[in-house]
Formats: sequence, structure tokens, C-alpha cells
Amino acid sequence: VTRPIGERVGLQHGAGGRAMRDLIKTIFVAGFAPTGPAQRGPAWSGDDAEQVEVGLAALDDGAAIRIGDQWLVLTTDSHVVKPRFFPGGDIGRLAISGTVNDLAMMGATEPLALTCAILLEEGFSIEELARIRDSMRAACDESGATVVTGDTKVMGKGELDGCAINTAGVGLTRRVVRSCDLRPGDRILVSGTIGDHGFTILAARHKLELTGDLRSDVAPVNGLVRAALAAGGDGVIALKDPTRGGVASALHELAEKSGVGILLDETAVPVRPEVRAASDLLGIDPLHAANEGKVLLGVRAEAADRVLAALLAHPQGRAAAIVGTCLGDWKGKLIVDTGVGRRLLAEVEGEPMPRIC
Amino acid sequence: MLRQLKFRDQAKAKELAAGLESCLRAIGRESVSVMHVCGSHEQAIARFGLRAVLPKGLRVIMGPGCPVCITDVPEVDEGVALAQQGVRLATYGDMLRVPGTVKSLAQAQAEGARIDVVYSVSQAVELARGTSDEIVFFATGFETTAVATAAELLAGPPKNFSVLSAHKYIPPVMEIVSEMPHSRVEGFLAAGHAASITGWGVFEPFVARHKLPVVVGGFEPLDILAALLQLLELIRDKAPSVANAFPRAVTREGNRAAQAALWKVFRPLGGRWRGIAHVPNGNLRLRDEFAHVDARRRFKIDLAQLWDWAPSALAQQCICGDIMAGISSPTDCKLYGKECTPQDPVGACMVSSEGACRIWQQYGGHPDLSGGLS
Repeated sequence: VTRPIGERVGLQHGAGGRAMRDLIKTIFVAGFAPTGPAQRGPAWSGDDAEQVEVGLAALDDGAAIRIGDQWLVLTTDSHVVKPRFFPGGDIGRLAISGTVNDLAMMGATEPLALTCAILLEEGFSIEELARIRDSMRAACDESGATVVTGDTKVMGKGELDGCAINTAGVGLTRRVVRSCDLRPGDRILVSGTIGDHGFTILAARHKLELTGDLRSDVAPVNGLVRAALAAGGDGVIALKDPTRGGVASALHELAEKSGVGILLDETAVPVRPEVRAASDLLGIDPLHAANEGKVLLGVRAEAADRVLAALLAHPQGRAAAIVGTCLGDWKGKLIVDTGVGRRLLAEVEGEPMPRIC
Repeated sequence: MLRQLKFRDQAKAKELAAGLESCLRAIGRESVSVMHVCGSHEQAIARFGLRAVLPKGLRVIMGPGCPVCITDVPEVDEGVALAQQGVRLATYGDMLRVPGTVKSLAQAQAEGARIDVVYSVSQAVELARGTSDEIVFFATGFETTAVATAAELLAGPPKNFSVLSAHKYIPPVMEIVSEMPHSRVEGFLAAGHAASITGWGVFEPFVARHKLPVVVGGFEPLDILAALLQLLELIRDKAPSVANAFPRAVTREGNRAAQAALWKVFRPLGGRWRGIAHVPNGNLRLRDEFAHVDARRRFKIDLAQLWDWAPSALAQQCICGDIMAGISSPTDCKLYGKECTPQDPVGACMVSSEGACRIWQQYGGHPDLSGGLS
């Protein structure tokens, strides 16, 4: 069900939840739908076109286009973050990781090439720009990606807040992970601790003096996903990076796409003590906080242990765990078993704001 | 990393839930209603999904325990008027979207008023130290936060700092709720953090007058279940008294130094709580000795500037008051989830993350999740 989106764009339309999906469906999916057979060329992005397995209407991390016996996966992502440098990473690392990860979520774990378009505000420090570039380069080296072309624009002072980076990426895969075929009994896995990125940014933005090693998890996870796919094969049904909107939004999306319910065992979800403390203090659920270096996997029950073992053996998956089960009832809903009770978990609407009194 | 906290022990939770079940059976009536008066209790109950393990016949009602929700419209109006008069207002983030008669602080801010979101009164004092602007701290919250405000005023804030107090005092409102004609409340779960200041002894006169039991409880899942069990036992035994189920933090006397600070700075005064009623002694206002830091006396608050607009017709359909009195549920409201949503709230209960309507929106109300799932 798509709700009316109102007359003005609000911050909630970019927060990764239901409001954003409503905006995209209303404005773009409907607007780019073909009006006649002439438009159904290879570039058409509808759902039932033969050339395109995953198009715009799927609201997925990217599109998949058939090339011979393989699929070309194409994705693009724009990045802004305040502050631009934060414990564990910066906007450059975020820009490369985000796109490499979106490719990986479709099954393309070996990025062919990336593009980088950067918008800069007049007066931006060249030294800072070089630091961002170094950080992008390091993330490329970690993931085996290369930036092959780009674009640079400078806006007048005050017309942009510092810088914004868009990256696009392409990769090939023999099997597209469509994430829409979960069945009752399938298991949900998470590759590590959740909420690290979201709480790091919140703490930096609101100048909260929290002790402990609170740092963002921003990283390319294509190597980790490759290991999981090698172990689980066709038993890996769904892949989702729980970025904006956190695990809650990502699981809602999976539940809706497949028409299942999801029962999440909260006591099994790995959360760092620093994040737990910040969460209690701010009244924000770690399940609603963003991650930039984690994967949620939907796996057939018989493949779950194999996939878990592969994750645990990978340096980025040491805290991986089986955290949920798909249900035949409660379609599209997420139920959290807290160990001492149960509750329904909603998606966030807009940016999570700290609770005060 | 996955340290199991001892106050979230699953086996003990099951035991306590079973205890509640058998205690309710012993009472022998179809349903028993108890009330808590604290947003943090509702948060914890919803967050940990405790209603899924409570016996079906036990109704745990959320009373007027959300400070943002019960801050009255005229108090918001005072803040809006001050901000529009050019004073810098510092307040808690939750307060920004609370509707006033004509507008919220957020709307005033969008129109150019200067409003700073702070996380504590001390942050507001810091703000005042760093500027020559007049800073007014719009102070909301119960005795827990009022003590912090009092401490800052006693410590001697900078000259450009003053307080617009909308602080409230919980014990009197429990009397009001108990005396409401439709009230079905048979006992109260009192807030452990507030009682750590006032002491549990503060509830003894109430119990003597109303013959209703009060149990002070903490905020971990086991704290809440244990306190509810003790409350049901007192109802079963027809033994109205005060019990302390949070002894690791609360004593009979409470924190004497905090009480002294509180009553040195504030005096109780009757006033309206949004949606509830006039509550005798329910408001905390600054004493005459603190007139120089009292924004109400320091500035001429010009409320008349606001009255060019008519109040929204929607707001008159809001049933926040009945919800906080335990007479109605959020889903009884015609506006709930339709005209009134967390993005576009009509009533205060939808604004605060401690408000009943907001919590129901976030956690899906009270669907029955107790059975086997497949």
C-alpha cells in the first residue's frame, strides 16, 4: 500500500523507511513505467521485461540486466554525512563501501568498475579533499574495486554544505540474489554487531561524551558475502545491508517482499556494550540504527549452519549469529522476542532523535 | 559481548509471570486494573514486550506519567510567546513539537524564533555562559528533573539565565486519578527514580486516604514484573500499603539533600495538567527568593500576540486526557493513526517517545503475541 506523500519533500522521505519507499513509488516507479512497446528496449527497467531481471519497480539495491549467460548489476548511491570524518571512517570510505555493498547484495561480489562524481562547495579544503580521496582509495583496495571515471562540480559558497559524493558501480554475477523468495522456516543471519555506525554518528553529531570504543563499522563487505555465497550456494535467498533505518527497516523490507513474518530473537542479536549503553541513554533502539559494514542474510534452514560457519571464519564475521526465523503468519510484520516478552517492531519514521526526559 | 543482564533473566521472568497468573486467579475476578505514572515504565513495558507475558485479565494502564504530554497548552504558549519576543529559549527536544494553542515551538522556530535543544539544565547554563543573549530554560519534567533545575539555580547561574518552570509534582495527580468517577484503578506502580528522591514514605498519606496500594518499582523487566506481582498480592490480600520493590535504589526517607534543594527553590501550586484536570499542588513554581531567575517575573510574557489564530478543530477531538486517566485506549481515538501520527501529531501523547499513542504507533499497540508462532 502506498500512502499519499504530501506536497513537500521532508527529511523522512530520505530516511530509508516506508516514507522513502512511498516517495520513490509515487514519483519515479510510476513516472518511468513504459507507455508502449517501443520503450521496452534493453534499458527499460520494468519488472516483467525479459532483458531486465531486477528493475526500478523492485526498489532493490540495484538493477540487474542480462548479458549473455550472466547478469550485469548496476547501482548508484549519493553520500552526505555530518560530520564528514568520524571514528572508524569518513565520507570517502562510506561512498566506496556503500556502492560496493549494494552490488554485493545483488550477488555481484566482484565489482567491475566504479564511478565517482563529487560536488564541492567553493572554499573546500584541498587537504581535506585529498584525505577523502586517500580513504576512498583504501576502501577500493580492500574490496578490489577501481574508480574508472568521474565528474567534479564546484558550487558557490553556501549553495552546498561542504561536499557530496555520488558513486555508481557495475559488477557481473551468474545468479542474482533477489531477496523475495523467503519461506516459513528460513533463517535470518546477521554478520556482526549492529548499530555501530548509527550511534557513532549520533554521538558525534550531538557531541555526546560517551566513553568506550564507539566506532563506525563502515567497510566493504563483498568479500564476506562472497564467502557466505560460496558456503550456502542457492540456499542463500536474501541479502540486505541494514543501512538507514537499520535492521528494523531491512527486515520489514524482506518480510514484505517475500510475504512472510519474521520472528527476531533479540537476545541473539550481537550489540556492543558501548552501543547498548548509548542506546539506553538516548532511547534509540539499536535495531533502528544504521550500519555500513553489516549484512543480513535470509537462508534456507538446511544451509544456515554452513553459512554461519563461513561468516564466523571471515575476519568481518566473527560476531555473526542466527537471529531470526521466517513465519507463515504475521505477513510483513516483525516480531521481536525480547527473552522476557514479545513485541511488534515498527520501522522508524524520519531520523531517530534522542529522547530526553 | 552477549552478557545476560541479571535483571533480564528469562527463567525468572517466567516464574514471575506464573506468579502473576496464580495471584490473579486467587483474586477471582475477570480483570484487575493497575496504573503506572511514569513514561519510563511504559517505555520498558513496551520495549521488552512485557504485555505479551502478563495475564490477560491484568490491565496495566499508562497514567499521566509523561512530562511532555501533561505540559499544558498555556505553558507551551508562554514558551512560544517568549521565543517570539526575541528571547533565546533552551529546552528538551521532546518539547519542540508539542502543540500550543496556535503553534508549537518547532513552528515558532521555523518562523525565526531562536530555540536551542539541550539535553540537561546544565547544558542550558553552559549555553548562557557562552553568550550575552538572554537564555530562558523552558523547564519541564517531574521531581526527578526539577531537582536538577533546583541544583543549578542554587549553584548560581550566570546573570543572563532564567527559568520558565513547567515542572510537575507526581503525588498529587495520583489522588486526582483515584477520585475520577470512572476510575477502575485498584493500585499504583510508582516510579523508582522519582521515589529515590522523595522516598517511598511520600506515598503513605495517599494510601491512608484512598485505601489503594502503591508499589515502587524499577525499570528493568524483572523489576517491573516483581513490582506488579507485589501490587497484585496487596490487592489480593486487601492490604492497602506502600511496598518498595526497588530497594537497591529507594529508601523510605529518600534523598534528603535533593528534597531540601527542591523545596528551597520550588513551591507547589495548583494548576492544570493537559487533558487531566486542575491538580492541587501539582505544579512546581519558583519561590519569591528566586524571582530574579523566574522568566515569568523577569519578562512581560505577551500572550495576546498569539491570539490572532483560532485553535485547530482537530485538537478538540483529541482524547489524550482520557487515555492518561486510563479510561480510554489510543485506538479509541478517532484521530489515532489517521490525522494524528508521529510525523504530524495533534495531541501531546503522540509527540513524546514516552506518550502512550506514540508508543502504540512504534510498537504496534497490544496485539496478542503470547501464543505459539509459526
